Amino acid sequence: MTDRRSIIVRHVSKTFTLRYHRTLKQMSVAMMRQQDMSDSFLAVNDVSFTIQQGESIGLMGLNGSGKSTLLKMINGIMRPDRGKVLTRGRIAGLIATGAGFHPQLTGRDNVYLNAAILGMTEAETARKFDDIVEFADIGRFLDSPVGHYSSGMFARLGFAVAIHVDADIFLADEVLAVGDRPFKRKCLAKMQEIRDSGTTLFYVSHATGSVRKMCDRVLVLEQGRLAFDGPVDEGIRFLHYDEDDEENALETEEELDEEMGADI
Amino acid sequence: MSAPPPRERAVRAPLRPPWSEQGLLEVFQHRYILSLLVRREIAARYQGSVLGLLWSYVNPLSQFFIYYFVMGILFGRAQRTEAFAIHVFAGLIVVHFFTETMNAGTRSIVRNKSLVQKMAVPREMFPVASMLVSLFHVGPQVVILLIATTLSGWRPDPEGMVLGVIGLLISMTLGTALALMFSAANVFLRDVQNAVNVLSNFVRFGSPMMYPYVLVAKRFHGHTTLYLLNPITEAVLDFQRAFWVGATNHPARTAAIDMPDNLFWLSIRALLISLVVLVIAQSTFSRLERRIPERLL
Repeated sequence: MTDRRSIIVRHVSKTFTLRYHRTLKQMSVAMMRQQDMSDSFLAVNDVSFTIQQGESIGLMGLNGSGKSTLLKMINGIMRPDRGKVLTRGRIAGLIATGAGFHPQLTGRDNVYLNAAILGMTEAETARKFDDIVEFADIGRFLDSPVGHYSSGMFARLGFAVAIHVDADIFLADEVLAVGDRPFKRKCLAKMQEIRDSGTTLFYVSHATGSVRKMCDRVLVLEQGRLAFDGPVDEGIRFLHYDEDDEENALETEEELDEEMGADI
Repeated sequence: MSAPPPRERAVRAPLRPPWSEQGLLEVFQHRYILSLLVRREIAARYQGSVLGLLWSYVNPLSQFFIYYFVMGILFGRAQRTEAFAIHVFAGLIVVHFFTETMNAGTRSIVRNKSLVQKMAVPREMFPVASMLVSLFHVGPQVVILLIATTLSGWRPDPEGMVLGVIGLLISMTLGTALALMFSAANVFLRDVQNAVNVLSNFVRFGSPMMYPYVLVAKRFHGHTTLYLLNPITEAVLDFQRAFWVGATNHPARTAAIDMPDNLFWLSIRALLISLVVLVIAQSTFSRLERRIPERLL
């Protein structure tokens, strides 16, 4: 039997250092007053899980619970202080709303650069370029610097590039937070397409509706710890254990749309 | 409610850490990204300026005229050193390439933070790209130098050409090494980029560009060991050996008087020193790199 593990996270921890005083003057004043020079905080605390190829995971949790940090470590942007992360194949995705674009470069150049970093060759990018532009729907802004884009256009272009990479693992961190409703619909449809092609999907969202629709397993982070790992409905119940009044309101199809709109 | 069973997708790649661990080697495996970054740097460096790329030549040329005027005319060097303009310009190409690499390289990671924070790209890319951008500007400068020196009677000689190449290699290696080290350090302390400015001044005056090497040898009665330990000194001398010595009236005599003995072996030593610095820089970079994304604000 072949090994179908796609993402392995083993006892991963990440600590951030908060530094209060940065200049020599501030530091000496703080030293005289015997204040703390720095403080560390555990953003991700001993998290372990294994994901098989083709699973679609909803990563949920309150703001500041370590979701983006975890995603950055899976993506390879950050390295854990302890533990290890292993992934298989090409990874694409969007981290923390918006792509890594260079504001001075035009949309066109950024598409090529981003695609290259995500592992696409020049020919592959050229082949998919029209699709990317059509998906992003940014029209004549394609050749102006992305610094002039609206936040929605910025996010759309980033998402369009990431989603056209033929990736084995797709990470989507609050991709739908910006962008209008038609675009959100389009994104969800495209993400479903990606999921159905067998790509491992890692989807960060606060929107229970879209998580239900997209995912077959939910991870919940609470203050950096993995608090829940299991089926979707249970996970969502777990997340809302103290918010009974909200829970009942989100069941029907129409409200799903409403809720997608509130995806922040 | 939940999703339909996904199609099987067989991924043949091995399980491995998602970040890069090979440092500079990784950079040359990703030549396509590197070429995009270099092209982007060239486009972005003078974005929004009318003269654009021309600034890359205005800056060294203005330095050249200042040095020539102050040292050559005010201090009278032009009468005592043959083809002094070529002497200065040959040195300036190396020094300017090196200081540009160091300065732009130091700022490269901070300047590209939007990419560094969101994309998994080997971060050695950025200082290396800065070096290549500076190297890109060396070409036209060498062309200008070739025209000037040929008009002064210079003809290429094999030894000079070999040394010229070694000189360029020295400045490339050392420039990349320092750019690498300082770019990571600059993320943690922005003081680094100011310190690098100061260092650039030392490089400008600490290498035999606006004064001939023989002046240093005379003043210190031949005790130039320390002076020659700086690899950029050899890089500058190599370039002068390549393009200036041949432009003087008696090249053999000039080489004997104005160049240190054993310039070839000194240059090999300088290249080795630069390579050692590069190894140290890479290990420093790898150590600092772990905390770069969270410290970039």
